Amino acid sequence: MTVIRNGLSLAGLTAGPGQRWGALRLVPLLRDEPITDLRLHARLYDPDDPTLVAVGPRTAYVAYVPHAFVASWTPGGGPVAAYGTQLTDPADARLPGIGLHFRRRMARREEKNRLRFLPLHLAMEGYLALHVGGPSIAWQEWTRRAVTRGLSPRAEEAYTGAEITGLADALRVFEIHPNQCGMLLYAADALAAAFVVPHPDDYRALHPTLLLDLYGELVHHYAHLYPTVGEFSTRIDAGRVASVADLRAELVRTRAAWSAFQLEMAGGLLGMERLTSTLVYRMGRFALARFLPAFDPDRENHIGEAIVDNAGRLAYLKTFRLSAAQARRGHLLSQFAAHDWDLDATATALATDRRSLALRLDRAGFGHLLRPEVIDAARREARERGRRVRRNR
Amino acid sequence: MSRSDQIACEDVVMFVNAAITSTGQREFRADAAEQRMSLGFLHEYVLGNYRDLYAATLALEINHFNAALVVTNLLRTAHLASPAQRAVEGRLIAARLRFLPPQRVYRVIRELRRLGVNNRRTRAIIRDWVAGRPDLPFDAVKYRRSLSVAARHAHLALPGEVGTFLFDWRRARRYTTPILETWRRAHFDKQALFALPYTVAEGLAAHHGIDRGRLLAHNAASMTRGERLRLQESARRLDVDDIVTADLGRTPLTRLALYVLSLPRPERARRRAELTEALRTATRRAVGRQAGTWGSVVAVLDDSYSAAGSSVKRRRPLAVALAAHYLLEALATDYTGLWLTHRGDPLLVHPVGPTRLGERLLDGLERRPDRLVVVSDGWDNDPPGLAAEVLRVWFARLDPDRRTSVVHLNPVYDSDTFEVRRLAATVPTVGVRDAEDLAALVELARFATGTATFAELRRHLDDRVARFLADAAQSPADAGAVGTAAGTGAAGTVAEAGAAGTEVGAGAAVAQEPAPATPAGEATGAEAGVPSAGASR
Repeated sequence: MTVIRNGLSLAGLTAGPGQRWGALRLVPLLRDEPITDLRLHARLYDPDDPTLVAVGPRTAYVAYVPHAFVASWTPGGGPVAAYGTQLTDPADARLPGIGLHFRRRMARREEKNRLRFLPLHLAMEGYLALHVGGPSIAWQEWTRRAVTRGLSPRAEEAYTGAEITGLADALRVFEIHPNQCGMLLYAADALAAAFVVPHPDDYRALHPTLLLDLYGELVHHYAHLYPTVGEFSTRIDAGRVASVADLRAELVRTRAAWSAFQLEMAGGLLGMERLTSTLVYRMGRFALARFLPAFDPDRENHIGEAIVDNAGRLAYLKTFRLSAAQARRGHLLSQFAAHDWDLDATATALATDRRSLALRLDRAGFGHLLRPEVIDAARREARERGRRVRRNR
Repeated sequence: MSRSDQIACEDVVMFVNAAITSTGQREFRADAAEQRMSLGFLHEYVLGNYRDLYAATLALEINHFNAALVVTNLLRTAHLASPAQRAVEGRLIAARLRFLPPQRVYRVIRELRRLGVNNRRTRAIIRDWVAGRPDLPFDAVKYRRSLSVAARHAHLALPGEVGTFLFDWRRARRYTTPILETWRRAHFDKQALFALPYTVAEGLAAHHGIDRGRLLAHNAASMTRGERLRLQESARRLDVDDIVTADLGRTPLTRLALYVLSLPRPERARRRAELTEALRTATRRAVGRQAGTWGSVVAVLDDSYSAAGSSVKRRRPLAVALAAHYLLEALATDYTGLWLTHRGDPLLVHPVGPTRLGERLLDGLERRPDRLVVVSDGWDNDPPGLAAEVLRVWFARLDPDRRTSVVHLNPVYDSDTFEVRRLAATVPTVGVRDAEDLAALVELARFATGTATFAELRRHLDDRVARFLADAAQSPADAGAVGTAAGTGAAGTVAEAGAAGTEVGAGAAVAQEPAPATPAGEATGAEAGVPSAGASR
């Protein structure tokens, strides 16, 4: 079921001026009217133990999951307090071992009006599960294993926020706005992640959890390699100011221009078309959904999860920027799925030939799906062709 | 003004700003190592290029940490100075050491020992300073290790039993000097322990297994004012707060502001009348006769999250802003204080939110005051650079005659740029550590915009040096008297206080008009080690 229609929209949120720290730029998202009938709080787990989540029959998701979010909502629309302010027994706050608590689901109802879900892992699992079933028709090029077992095991790598150079400091020195309900994070001015919560108090509580989140390879490299990003300057046209009121009007105009500009920088996320969203859980007037991008290798690709209300207003959002290689993998798999895993048909659709496609599949890390003779033939052909080219030179 | 003069002027102002604000400790954004490295470079640079001016900064309101660093650096490189320079430096050093808290001076001596600086002049400086201590047996107890290092390093002949006490204390069966005898007895007698200075008793209390509450209750009489203030919350927790009382009215203004901000907000609200009264009393003392001389003043005070400071300088920027609020209120005839986000009683201010200076500056300028004072760390980030634009457009279009003079006071040293962060090129920015120095700093501000010439700056510094030395020549006798009278009743006080600086400071007493405001405040700081005598910083 499609929950997010026509792409993501930050309606109800305005962007404030960004604060930079080294290669990172943190842009606050402000909400004039906080959402009071849905609240989020974090639950921390032991970050050193891997977590196993059973996501389907005979399918498990294994990852290091340092924290979970708990969403509480009220059916009547009345405000609720954040659950995190309650005292809990320290004995059960420290949950031991491997996923005892998580055997069930990525998102699991805990009480009548409370849902626990694993942020970003929900989205990441959606990405990993993409066509994980493997070839739908047993063409002779695919191995028996690929046909019977699919892509399993399917793995991707991500970095925790603590490994992103300067992120800890950037989050520490960031001055949170009083009505802030979200944040756009840029590394070397490339959008790295977006985070939106329903209420400013939730944001204040969850701000440090950005350090526990997953970040893509691109973010890690950009933050590491770029020394510092430039500051955008503010300019007031002195010629248009003749009185104090004029100057005040100019200030309002400048602020609006900043806001528009900061959102423009997030165009790669907000402009994503052909999103595939799936409903994960419905809670009262809200719905938790995860989405996948169109996997266009030439554009930014963000996977993520969102909670939207029935009017389409965003209550919660968390995104993960796929690296170019991850986007390519997604692209390849979608193309194969679209053409029933027929090698020739897919090659035609991708405007290439059978041999190059086999090599592309190999380079993307899916070489083991093809029968060895198919892959070997493609490699040999490529080698000989390379030799011929060198000889002719 | 030639280019080189202009650069020299900027360099010196930059250094003074750094030396006022930075304490080599962690700030909100930079850590301690960055601060120290940046500051170390700046010291080397100014010492190498402008030695005279470097020495002259000892007469300004630079903080204790930097004063100690300047003294060390001057003594370390004395061989590079001409005899005339050495004479002036010697007088300045002797005078500055007398105004520094003793633990700072002992640290300088330890550092000199580490660096192997031990010439006749250095030894004379140490000897004269030690001779000028009001109560040497007290120092021997409280700064035992440090005094013995000083004595060994400078080959001091210590008077009376002090030498025996430091180097062979077990030999004497008993001491005739009361405090030394108390200390000896405190090793086996709990009652004697309670008469010792608090920090000394703290160490021995662990040895006797005395719990903290009992120690605080019994030692309250021998605590310095700084210790009393510092231990207020401990005393409250241990239920001895009726014994360990702090005299808030006599605490220096910024110190008091720090204490007020350390209290939780409900308590501040509960004790509002008491705290406000204390802040106003401290302000009255700091302002003195200057009260109501500044005309109409508007202050834009930064209470953004970065004003929270760091774990070692908790809420320092906010405390400076709060102290400046009360100080300007007293200095002005008509005053308005504008916080960035806080509204209502300034006592309840809390560091939160972004630094939205642009709009608040305009709110302030709109009132057309005679002076606009901005107290902020200068990280204008909502949006970046808007404050500079507001100021530029305001003076270009709405106030071309500059009827309002704007000064930016910055309590935070930015280690990356080697200076305090500026708000705008046209507005002078000066560093500030204690809001009490505000009036003197505003005087320095005119050198920060590049309009005043180098000759003027030199003249200003010479003037300050002369005033400082004249003041130093007068004060030691008083300081000694205060120390003796209010001390622990110790006999055998070294009575050479007046003769201090005879060798290095000979002929230093240039008669100048007395300037009681700032150096007097500094002088009280020198008595930090003596219980209840003078303010401690």
